[in-house]
Amino acid sequence: MEIEALVELIRRASTDLPADVEAALREAKASEEPGSPAAGALEAILENVALARANSTPICQDTGTLSFYVHHPQGASTRESRAQIEAAVAEATRRATLRPNAVDPLTGHNSGNNLGTGFPTFHFEDWDEEHLQIDLLLKGGGSENVSAQYMLPYTHPCPSRTPPPHPSTPPLDLLGGRLRTGAGGTEGGIEWRAGRDLEGVRRVVLDAAHRAQGKGCAPGILGIAIGGDRSTGYDHAKRQLLRPLDDVNPVKELAALEERLLRECNELGIGPMGFGGKTTVLGVKIGALHRLPACYFVSVAYMCWACRRARMTLNR
Amino acid sequence: MTSYHLTTSISEDTIRALHIGDAVRLSGVMVTARDAAHRYMVETFVESGSIPESERLLYEELRRLLDGGVIYHCGPVVRQLAPPPPPPQGGGGGGGGYEFVAAGPTTSIREEPYEADVIAHFGVRAVIGKGGMGLATLRACQEYGAVYLHAVGGAAALIASTVKEVIAVHKLEEFGAPEAFWVVHAEDFPAVVTMDSHGYSVHDQIEAESAAALGRLLGGAT
Repeated sequence: MEIEALVELIRRASTDLPADVEAALREAKASEEPGSPAAGALEAILENVALARANSTPICQDTGTLSFYVHHPQGASTRESRAQIEAAVAEATRRATLRPNAVDPLTGHNSGNNLGTGFPTFHFEDWDEEHLQIDLLLKGGGSENVSAQYMLPYTHPCPSRTPPPHPSTPPLDLLGGRLRTGAGGTEGGIEWRAGRDLEGVRRVVLDAAHRAQGKGCAPGILGIAIGGDRSTGYDHAKRQLLRPLDDVNPVKELAALEERLLRECNELGIGPMGFGGKTTVLGVKIGALHRLPACYFVSVAYMCWACRRARMTLNR
Repeated sequence: MTSYHLTTSISEDTIRALHIGDAVRLSGVMVTARDAAHRYMVETFVESGSIPESERLLYEELRRLLDGGVIYHCGPVVRQLAPPPPPPQGGGGGGGGYEFVAAGPTTSIREEPYEADVIAHFGVRAVIGKGGMGLATLRACQEYGAVYLHAVGGAAALIASTVKEVIAVHKLEEFGAPEAFWVVHAEDFPAVVTMDSHGYSVHDQIEAESAAALGRLLGGAT
């Protein structure tokens, strides 16, 4: 593999927003009220996207974590690929295509070249094709901080954090929500539960979108995994972010839920940057993994509007 | 919603005239500070009984820069143009050898435990970031006459184009490039007032409105 080709993959990911994301942002801007803070934010975003592309500079200064998804022909050396990718990451950092982002949690020391333990992350998988394919996803820390994982059934507000209801409080409606009128339990204002079904998934995803507000750089994209364990759930949720915004989920129920959640998240009115407005998310992508009988996780990987992904293929 | 042009150093009267929703363009000197820098300022200068001799020069420099000044929550991508000049005594470095390549705001709420103390101690008039801040910062804005300005998250190339000069950098080695204090000169830096000095916060309003919308979507509340 040519190091230079890998540096170019990183440059494209960091500086050139995918066409489907840019188109969604344009559509969002057209839907917002002219002159509103929401429209202003989207206008600045689109101007920024064009400027970054023209000048070949990072779209966002938080060039994020680098996740490499490598599909390789049988027999290829993953050790070799890893070393070449690492060399390219260090070189891209030297060229200011990437910000040095790898920090030792014990000493606080920044490695200066984006290399460190578990940094960047690699996912290797062999396949029947003759060529090598590398997908790169850059995801910033602000969006990572508002990602969330729920274990269903889930009760809101979390009972362990609030006083028990007054004995005269009527029993909780399992699937409905109602305004809490008694003392205590001020978190979010209403009580609701999410069970182990797609309706439960819908509920916790809406909760995650509400909790994120504008903090993850809305309008965001929600990558969601149903099932798995705590680590595979988050991994699968993040993988959903590799899907183009305009694809259609092959699983009918999930396609319907994606469409409904896109509409409903936007009804929250959080808007671009949390300024209020019609566009809170640009897309919702859901995948499912088999789960343990005891576990039902819903993992939500929140991606900022700067959904930076790029792919390269190499023929051997 | 009104548009204002602010120039550092900013007076209290200028700040008190601003209200949430106002658009501003800011020109002058600003200092980037994020997680490590905020903790450092509070632990070393605000809470400590006496300032260590080794940190005194930087302290005086920050006092000068931040009195009527601007803090920007930002960890920039920086390009080194030439070998940096030797650092002067006190650990600060000349900034002439650097330029900002990408410089959007970082999430501000992480600095919530520190920001009110920083505003009170240094006389900061404007804090720029994204995502908004909490009650302690809002109260400090009200009490001392400061505002929170929201920059467009992710608009890093656009914002970097308003940063005309890197004047100096402090704590580059110790904190790393994203976390260092970068002293820069900006022209027409674009932002929106989302927390003003009158106790109002766009973030609180949107949070409440979206909570009501969530209640409706979850089936109960009206």
